[in-house]
Amino acid sequence: MAGHTLTFEPADPYHAFLTTCSRPEHGHGPLAGVPIAVKDNISTKGIETTCASKILKGYIPPYDAHVVTLLRKAGAAIAGKTNMDEFGMGTTTENSAFGPTLNPCDTGRVPGGSSGGSAAAIAGGMVRMALGTDTGGSIRCPAAFCGIAGLKPTYGRVSRYGLIAYANSLEQIGSMGKTVSDVATLMGVIAGHDRRDSTSVDRPFAHTPKGEIKGLRIGIPEEYFGPGVDPEVATVVRKAIDRLVELGAVTVPCSIPSMQYALAAYYVTCTSEASSNLARFDGVRYGGPAPDTKKSWHEAYQDVRREGFGPEVRRRIMLGTFALSSGYYGKYYAKAQVARQNVKADFAHIFAGVDVIAGPTMPSIAFRLGEKSDPLSMYLADILTVPANLAGIPAISVPCGKVRGMPVGLQIMGKHFEDERVIDVAHAYEQAVI
Amino acid sequence: MVTEHEVKHIAELADVGIHKEELETFTHQFNAILEYFDTLDLVRGVPAAEDGLVNILREDEIEPSLTQEEVLRNAPAREDGFIKAPRVM
Repeated sequence: MAGHTLTFEPADPYHAFLTTCSRPEHGHGPLAGVPIAVKDNISTKGIETTCASKILKGYIPPYDAHVVTLLRKAGAAIAGKTNMDEFGMGTTTENSAFGPTLNPCDTGRVPGGSSGGSAAAIAGGMVRMALGTDTGGSIRCPAAFCGIAGLKPTYGRVSRYGLIAYANSLEQIGSMGKTVSDVATLMGVIAGHDRRDSTSVDRPFAHTPKGEIKGLRIGIPEEYFGPGVDPEVATVVRKAIDRLVELGAVTVPCSIPSMQYALAAYYVTCTSEASSNLARFDGVRYGGPAPDTKKSWHEAYQDVRREGFGPEVRRRIMLGTFALSSGYYGKYYAKAQVARQNVKADFAHIFAGVDVIAGPTMPSIAFRLGEKSDPLSMYLADILTVPANLAGIPAISVPCGKVRGMPVGLQIMGKHFEDERVIDVAHAYEQAVI
Repeated sequence: MVTEHEVKHIAELADVGIHKEELETFTHQFNAILEYFDTLDLVRGVPAAEDGLVNILREDEIEPSLTQEEVLRNAPAREDGFIKAPRVM
């Protein structure tokens, strides 16, 4: 496959990359010679993979994630590994142990997160396409904040083999690109069955975006335009939806009542899963530094993990440990799972009458660096993106205008396995405004 | 409300440790988040079993895997082809 090399030596003034590969190999195929940036929580054989955490500094994966194998087979050049919030835990990329990424549209602002490096690499013109991961909005948020396109695919459509897990039941690898066509091209390469991921579904993606949306029924949930959403952002998104109506779509007002507790359900679920997943990082088999073998087990591990994990990672591990502890399980985790079923039921109810659901991706424009120093206020920013992860449905963010000079994202959510349709709607919008 | 003492205990249970100077801020933030989680009290019922899901099993067959050298390469402390770990007893 390989054999050719290209030169990739970007200046990177936004700190989008943690590692760059200056002479990456590439082969033949649909992505022949295209440099692709890969988020640093996706395993790349022979290329350092840290999850932007000190605890994995120096870790060189001995194998490729399934999506990376597919990229190489398609002829792509792995251009480097992008910055992120440590282990994907954050909405700004400020939680990286190696320093924040800056938003190419305004370097005083965050690029969003957690796939902020991938979004900045595209918005900054360093690559055309990148891989991100989305657990509660981590592809769509930075796509919206940086003015690019990003798709969180239907859960199961892209293999998670080789993705360093944070919250398995919520996260998906997805494609990010300058345009919706780029997103579709990359999705075509990474989707499909992989027996090494037990949740993988045999639904390959072979679709060229179409701009035809006549008669399309779009649900407009009132919660996506309610309190907490910046009115200027809401206005820009409403105008974008008007544009879709001009193209022949029909809007249908709807409501997602479970939104009142969806965010709490999301944070209880993801922290619970994180507390279990991140137990493997102890500096023994990989990462480090090595625990002091003269100390007792718990003491030695606490030393390694207190120094190796940043405060947000430790906070989430602790919240999950607490939520799963005896006496609190019924109050938190069990309730969160009922809430999750209610979110799924609300979507099923709405999708009985509409083809897609549209609203803003984020309730605001990109924050200033340091603006969201309180964890809870940062969590609240995820309110419009987490429902799609709880339900496992596909959702895309496409740029739809600006507020105070900063990009705004239009979010299109679809039925399970209708990634093609959300891509078509985003493409139709994009074509109409070019 | 959880106390500083409880937050320290949770940090120990989770093997993440906590610095003394972090304890007050962590406890404050922990309580704010838990208070927000109380919105889940609005949820009624117990989780229903997922419909139509069945276990997917595979044959237990030996396949090529990583060599011992590849497995050990990332371990920070090694001895005689083994990984060194803290004592458990």
